[in-house]
Amino acid sequence: MLAETTAFTIDGIAARPVRVEVDVQRGLPNFQIVGLPDAAVREARERVRSALVNSGFEFPLKRITANLAPADLRKVGPGLDLALASALLAAAGEISLEPLAGWAFAGELALDGTVRPVRGALAMAESARNNAAGIVVPPANGGEAALAEGVEVRTIENVAELRKLADGMIPGQRPEPLDFGRTPDLPDLGDLRGQAHLRWALEVSAAGEHGILIVGPPGAGKSLAARRITSILPPLESGEILEVARIASVCGAGAGAITSTRPFRAPHHTVSAAGLVGGGAPPRPGEITLAHRGVLFLDELCEFRRSALEALREPLESGEVNIVRASGRQTLPCRFTLVAAANPCPCGRGQEDNACQCSVLDIRRYEGALSGALADRIDINLAVKQPSAEAMAGPPGEASSEVRQRVVEARLIMAERYGEARTNSRATPDEVSSFRMEAGAAAMLADSHTRHCFSGRAHDRVLRLARTVADLKASPCIEVEHMASALQFRRKEQK
Amino acid sequence: MSVGVTAESACEQCLRRAWLIASLSGNIQISCSDKPGNRIPELLRLDDEDLARAVAPKDTDQVLSENTSISHGHRVAELIDSDCWACCLHDDHFPEGLRDGADAPRVLIGKGQGFPLADITMPATVTVVGSRRATGYGLEVSRSLSKELAASGLNVVSGMALGIDGSAHRGALERGRTVAVLASGPDRPYPVSHSRLYRQILESGLVISEMPPGIQPRRWGFPARNRIMAALSQMTIVVEAAYRSGSLITAEMAADAGREVGAVPGQVTVGPAAGTNDLIANGAALIRDARDVIDRFIGVGATPPRAKGPPLEPDLRGVLDAVERGCSTVDMNADFVARDATDVAVCLARLEVMGYIDCSLVGTWARTSLPAPYPPEDE
Repeated sequence: MLAETTAFTIDGIAARPVRVEVDVQRGLPNFQIVGLPDAAVREARERVRSALVNSGFEFPLKRITANLAPADLRKVGPGLDLALASALLAAAGEISLEPLAGWAFAGELALDGTVRPVRGALAMAESARNNAAGIVVPPANGGEAALAEGVEVRTIENVAELRKLADGMIPGQRPEPLDFGRTPDLPDLGDLRGQAHLRWALEVSAAGEHGILIVGPPGAGKSLAARRITSILPPLESGEILEVARIASVCGAGAGAITSTRPFRAPHHTVSAAGLVGGGAPPRPGEITLAHRGVLFLDELCEFRRSALEALREPLESGEVNIVRASGRQTLPCRFTLVAAANPCPCGRGQEDNACQCSVLDIRRYEGALSGALADRIDINLAVKQPSAEAMAGPPGEASSEVRQRVVEARLIMAERYGEARTNSRATPDEVSSFRMEAGAAAMLADSHTRHCFSGRAHDRVLRLARTVADLKASPCIEVEHMASALQFRRKEQK
Repeated sequence: MSVGVTAESACEQCLRRAWLIASLSGNIQISCSDKPGNRIPELLRLDDEDLARAVAPKDTDQVLSENTSISHGHRVAELIDSDCWACCLHDDHFPEGLRDGADAPRVLIGKGQGFPLADITMPATVTVVGSRRATGYGLEVSRSLSKELAASGLNVVSGMALGIDGSAHRGALERGRTVAVLASGPDRPYPVSHSRLYRQILESGLVISEMPPGIQPRRWGFPARNRIMAALSQMTIVVEAAYRSGSLITAEMAADAGREVGAVPGQVTVGPAAGTNDLIANGAALIRDARDVIDRFIGVGATPPRAKGPPLEPDLRGVLDAVERGCSTVDMNADFVARDATDVAVCLARLEVMGYIDCSLVGTWARTSLPAPYPPEDE
């Protein structure tokens, strides 16, 4: 007998529908899966067999063939277990899929029949809206899947619940959509004492989504500051939450990871280029995609591999990354704010310090990383030193909530200017040339442009940054002060 | 302009000497691996045969016969191929500073047609050297000092090394003439990262060496190169050097050759300035700017007073004052002048546009050499 149902496999960050067909015929007992399964899908044979037997079903001692269509799409992961099990039971005549006609199944099976969570349940549920009548998911993924609108979702704990289908009833529970309105406690910017300039730089960066590079000796508060930037960013909007949650879920984050807080990714400096921007076979999202709509923090920037940093250039500008491999191609979103920290030299003390024993070559290697094409794309550069004893003993700095209020107000001004929720760092060249500027500010920019041989990109980037400073001061026109503030953040290449 | 000498200017005997030194380079390195600075002048004082015997006792005859077996025409052809020229002490164009030393090279191989070789007279030439690991202050002083020296018509000699040397060449190139003395062959820029600077020097200046074209530098070649730099000029100025820096060897060689030594003072607490402060303590001339040098060469008051920067408002002066006192970050500066960090940042940007301060690659602020319109107040 033949039975079929629907499942999903993850391809990049999208869930693609897979038709699962199972045929049970007389013959020598055998269980084959065809249709480009990967190792995890092929091993489903053993999991399905044990799960069914241990849940009180009879495993047919017949010739079983499972086909996964389309046959040219690689099926990955254990999420097809539940679909295989239900199609097999239907083909063996133990249940009828009639009540769930056209539904999709997602879930990994334990040997005792328990349904275990899968990656990418949200993406699957959204895909089910167009490709299936509804979807059955593991209980741990229920809340997440229920976030998808316009699709019927059920959770089942154990494959034994499928027995209800034999009686013509729909098994499982309707899950409640996850509540993501709550904001987890984030470390507060108030912990950063003194360092007024660094606080201001973070505020400007958060308001306009400008990349920031903090250079200073160890213990100057670089990482401390960087890790607090999410607390001053405006929360994700509802559309963005689903977008971010879909990516996080595909990459295996648990349900707890779905919040309105912007993502913060801090890969270690040994990360490969493929790990950072995405890659592998089949292509998988990298850290920059996980940081979409949030922050990518690169601590010890100069220690990162050159190839990894160079790979960041194009995605930084375009907000998406095209990964092309022999095994497939993916276009993944990656609109993130780059926050980087670096020591002034390998030992961290800086050349002004007598104790610094770094060699000329080491220092040049470091400066090379700080002056490359990536650095040209970072708008805010600043040096920090260890805070003074008075500052450390003083009161805590301004709390995140107050800074965030100003950031949100600046973003409202930007949204009004562009007619959509977009920040200054994403302003088009046309928009940049229409920024209003005081004559003095224009003269200052022109002077600096000649003095430092700015590139065309650098010129526009200074203007965008100056616009953000003006927005934070609620000024419709870029004044001299705003221009000066932006210019001193700009990296000056040595002539 | 032309250098005035060609590939055929040097006599056969002198040219042979250059190739001999190159072929013995490995042996020289082995025989003076412990203290090249002291031993090199002694070795290079020897004539061809004694030198070969001293560093290659086993195959002296072989080395010498191989050296003589190459024809003069062959060597000249090699020079022409690499676009180099040569000049020996029998030629009128040979720099006068190299004529009197016993250990001075007999022949110079060079590249570039920036100006006549004969113009490198001792009174018209200044050597500016310093450590490779320099501070921003050292680089700035080296650049502006060399720029003004070149602007007053002096030839600025340096060694094209990283750090102070490189910025001395860059400064001189902005306004005048510069000479790079290499430890490698004149057609081999060393370090390679200064290839672009090397090409710029070739455009308007000269590159010289005692090595034939195509030779890569050995360690002994650097102190050997230093003795040429020291001998070429009337004064050797050390901009920044730590204790036991190679630049101090150059200063010592200059003193030994009867030349003047000058040094730029630095903060006493800063390592890279320890060597130069030491030189001053031991009697070297204290060099603050080009005027201190020019006063000695051309006569007191010969140069017009230096240009001063634009006038400063009181708040900008306060911030500039803080930078001069070592407040290199915005926050340090804001603490010092007790003002809002954002305002201070704006002041810094303005001062930068005026040319008073510079921002380093790591984002710290430092003073340029542009003098303020009035002297800082005494406190």
